[in-house]
Amino acid sequence: MTMNREFIINIMIFGLLIAVGIGAHLAGQGFTVTLATKVAILGLAGVGLNLALGYGGLVSFGHAAFFGIGGYAAGVLASHAANGDPLMFGFGGSNQMLVIWPVAMLAAGFAALMIGALSLRTSGVYFIMVTLAFAQMIYYFAISWPRYGGEDGLSFYVRNAFPGMNTLKPIEYFTICASLLGLALVFSGLVTQSRFGLALQSIRQNPQRATAVGIRATPVRLTTFVISAMITALAGALYADLNRFVSPSMFSWHMSGEIMVFVILGGVGRLCGPIAGAAMFILLEHLLGKVSDHWQALLGLMLLGIVLFAPGGLIGLITKGLDALRKEKADV
Amino acid sequence: MLLAEQLLNGLQYGMMLFLMAAGLTLVFGVMGLINLAHGALYMVGAFACAVVAASTGSFWLGLVASLAVAAAAGALVEMLVIRRLYNRDHLDQVLATFALILVFSEGTRWLFGDFPLYLKLPPALSGAITLPGGLQYPFFRLVIILVGAVVALGLWLLISRTRLGIRIRAGEADREMIGALGVDIAKLYTIVFALGAALAGLAGGLVGSIQSVQVGMGEPVLILAFVVIVIGGIGSIKGALVGALLVGMTDTLGKAVIPGLFARVMDTASANTTGSAVASMLIYILMAVVLLVRPQGLFGARV
Amino acid sequence: MTLKSLLLSATTTLALITAPAMAEPVKVGLITTLSGGGAGIGADVRDGFMLALKAAGDAGKEIEVILEDDQQKPDIAVQVADKMIQSDNVDVLTGIIWSNLAMAVVPAATAQDKFYLSTNAAPSALAGEGCNPKYFSVSYQNDNMHEAAGAYAAAEGVKKMFIMAPNYPAGQDSLAGFKRFYDGEVVAEVYTQVGQTDFAGEIAQIRASGADRVFFFQPGGMGIAFLKQYAESGVDIPLIGPGFSLSEDILPAVGDAALGTINTSHWSTDLDNPANKAFVDAFRADFGRYPSLYAAQAYDTANLLLSASAKASPSGDPDGFRAALQAADFASVRGKFAFGPNQHPIQDFYVLEVENRDGGLTNKIVGNAMTDRGDAYAELCKM
Repeated sequence: MTMNREFIINIMIFGLLIAVGIGAHLAGQGFTVTLATKVAILGLAGVGLNLALGYGGLVSFGHAAFFGIGGYAAGVLASHAANGDPLMFGFGGSNQMLVIWPVAMLAAGFAALMIGALSLRTSGVYFIMVTLAFAQMIYYFAISWPRYGGEDGLSFYVRNAFPGMNTLKPIEYFTICASLLGLALVFSGLVTQSRFGLALQSIRQNPQRATAVGIRATPVRLTTFVISAMITALAGALYADLNRFVSPSMFSWHMSGEIMVFVILGGVGRLCGPIAGAAMFILLEHLLGKVSDHWQALLGLMLLGIVLFAPGGLIGLITKGLDALRKEKADV
Repeated sequence: MLLAEQLLNGLQYGMMLFLMAAGLTLVFGVMGLINLAHGALYMVGAFACAVVAASTGSFWLGLVASLAVAAAAGALVEMLVIRRLYNRDHLDQVLATFALILVFSEGTRWLFGDFPLYLKLPPALSGAITLPGGLQYPFFRLVIILVGAVVALGLWLLISRTRLGIRIRAGEADREMIGALGVDIAKLYTIVFALGAALAGLAGGLVGSIQSVQVGMGEPVLILAFVVIVIGGIGSIKGALVGALLVGMTDTLGKAVIPGLFARVMDTASANTTGSAVASMLIYILMAVVLLVRPQGLFGARV
Repeated sequence: MTLKSLLLSATTTLALITAPAMAEPVKVGLITTLSGGGAGIGADVRDGFMLALKAAGDAGKEIEVILEDDQQKPDIAVQVADKMIQSDNVDVLTGIIWSNLAMAVVPAATAQDKFYLSTNAAPSALAGEGCNPKYFSVSYQNDNMHEAAGAYAAAEGVKKMFIMAPNYPAGQDSLAGFKRFYDGEVVAEVYTQVGQTDFAGEIAQIRASGADRVFFFQPGGMGIAFLKQYAESGVDIPLIGPGFSLSEDILPAVGDAALGTINTSHWSTDLDNPANKAFVDAFRADFGRYPSLYAAQAYDTANLLLSASAKASPSGDPDGFRAALQAADFASVRGKFAFGPNQHPIQDFYVLEVENRDGGLTNKIVGNAMTDRGDAYAELCKM
């Protein structure tokens, strides 16, 4: 029955995001649509990380690397398309999202294959730190590499194009991002329910037993890490288009930390947890900013409250709330 | 001469990192806690030192305050927050201590304003002295090397020779057992956490006097301290010392040597930028290499 | 309020009366850094801007300011700008401190047909081919202060220079700007890490370099750390910095270690003109500290905005508003002020020296570095 109930919560969260986006559009609140788009994109990044972290137990503190690679894939392709310079091997740039997305995901997938193959030799806190190390290497490289703007980053003025859509209109771009988020959720749900996903979870819960029944841990983990990175990279490409700008701050450890906070805040290993986490974080950031100059302290206190008194994150809290409601009904 | 000075610089930088890393690794070793807020305690120490030094006119009182205030803040945080996290997984600890960073940073800015604070070395410590061989070297940097060595020695004595040390070692090995033997675990953990915080605060007070005392000063050092303890092996004081010296040397010598090496194969301007880019990646490369060869760090227990 | 600022506000009010009546107040989006380590500079920008509006009296009330924090993150800055444009319907954006944030926001703002007036950052990419009719730098072009330092070193006949800057675009522009006007020998060119706080290694290189002077560009906390450590090192080669490295927002934290350090800037607290006297006095009276160049630039930006919006409305008559901006018809705290063809200032640069005045650290003018300097990119700008 838990699966069923969680399914309902997931539909509720995703539905709420869509409703906010469409409702804001109908009410003429263009910026709220943009905020909802940001939630969808950062939620997507979290969905990617959650696959590795929540289901695979691979606590990557370096997912900003893949987020940034996705972003830079969009930025670099778009800038080459704009000024007509060929990129490499005779290929030119492109301003088509349908070209950019696969490039972003393949580039990040390749990077994740290398980083994962090396990092998976370690475990626990060492894994956390070695993934951070790789992300920091890329960060420092991006800051001082002048070709694509260094620390100044890269602006590309207009959003890239999607057939049949005007991506510059907030609601149409929201539609694209929310649809991709929906697809990623379905994909993620299917993967975790599949034989592969079950193998992955059994490795997390009990590596010895998994090995004993003939599951080879490393290939399963590595595959997960790569898929996870590719989803986060897609989010990075969308984030680049949201801002029409990329910069090395996408690679910074703050970014890795933020994506991780979305996942934990929402509830580790919950399908829609990252969306709830991202929504909560962005909403607080937006609302508290109006309350006080020192809103970050308030944000910190609220986060503390959630960790201390609501283990299992927001989704855990909602589940508990529903349980309590049901009990009350039963009592009546 | 330049090389000798750079070696001293590397040693000094390493000792500075060790002061930060010692507390972090102690807390992780005993309680199994990932404390991202360690950098915030470093900042608290620096601010306490600056404020007390400014109001009393004595740097030494400031330094005492940096120890005391950071230890008090540490004990308070441990009793209010950290205590509830020992039995949680690392992820909850990461989120909670991340939240603590936000609270500490903005709280400090709220109390002390937007601008960096003034903190100056006392005359007794300032200026350069001439070392045997004719090398001029800032006296204060030698003091940092000395303090680092004293702290290393002190921690070693504390852990190997005192009652508290025995309990700490026992706590690392088997938490339930020493509880059953009647040791007050809660008190022990508060003390260890406060000790770690005091070390961070001391580092903040010392280093703040030759750097900028400002909000957010702890974050870059925090990442470096983590790099240090991971290279050394988490939980090992000896590892933290060796890791800190390795990182300090690698970083200092890398920055001094690499741009010059690059200049032999490319023009000077791009050698300077590329070279210094590689130099800033170097410690992370070092960490990755160490972990690939020894996945549990240099002196870590096998996991 | 002093007599002079009264006179000043009287003239702006007069200008207002003769100007066509405005339909509605001008909306300004002020995006600056109000949290984290860079919040000190953001406070100066905010306070300088608001002080000018306050000093303008009724005219200042015609300007509605929407203030938001960018957290010193480019992605947040661009999102705040989008919010101000899409939901607050601002007419003009301003306030960004950092070049990398400006590179994110300025193209996005001008592409959505909004004016952007820079109170500080003015990267080379926006001064040359990337210039835009709706973008004005009221501060300088990023290279300027470094060029002035180079010109000063050349005029002083310095034979051997050691130059250093952080390894990022503004740092690379800085050293390029310095070398554009310095004609002696550069014995070493060192790039430091962004955010670096320990400079022992660089100081060792300086000691061994045999240079006559050291030029250093280290803004914010990096500068505080470098100056303190340099003073302790026993190296006595004199320093030259651009104005940012020794601005009034960091001097109190550096303390006496900064005394006597030479730097180059387009403005100083003791620059002798009525507008500047009124500004410095009012700022000290209101906030109890010396204004930094960031505050001065924000103050000028607000006054430029007031002068232009008195002549034409940015939303109703953008061409008229732009022409009014180009005319730069306001009393600048820099004395003379004019825009060049790429809408960046043409102005004088001075040689300053850090001193202790009335119990606080600030700069005093000790010479001229460059006169009527525009920038190196103006001819690449086609608009």
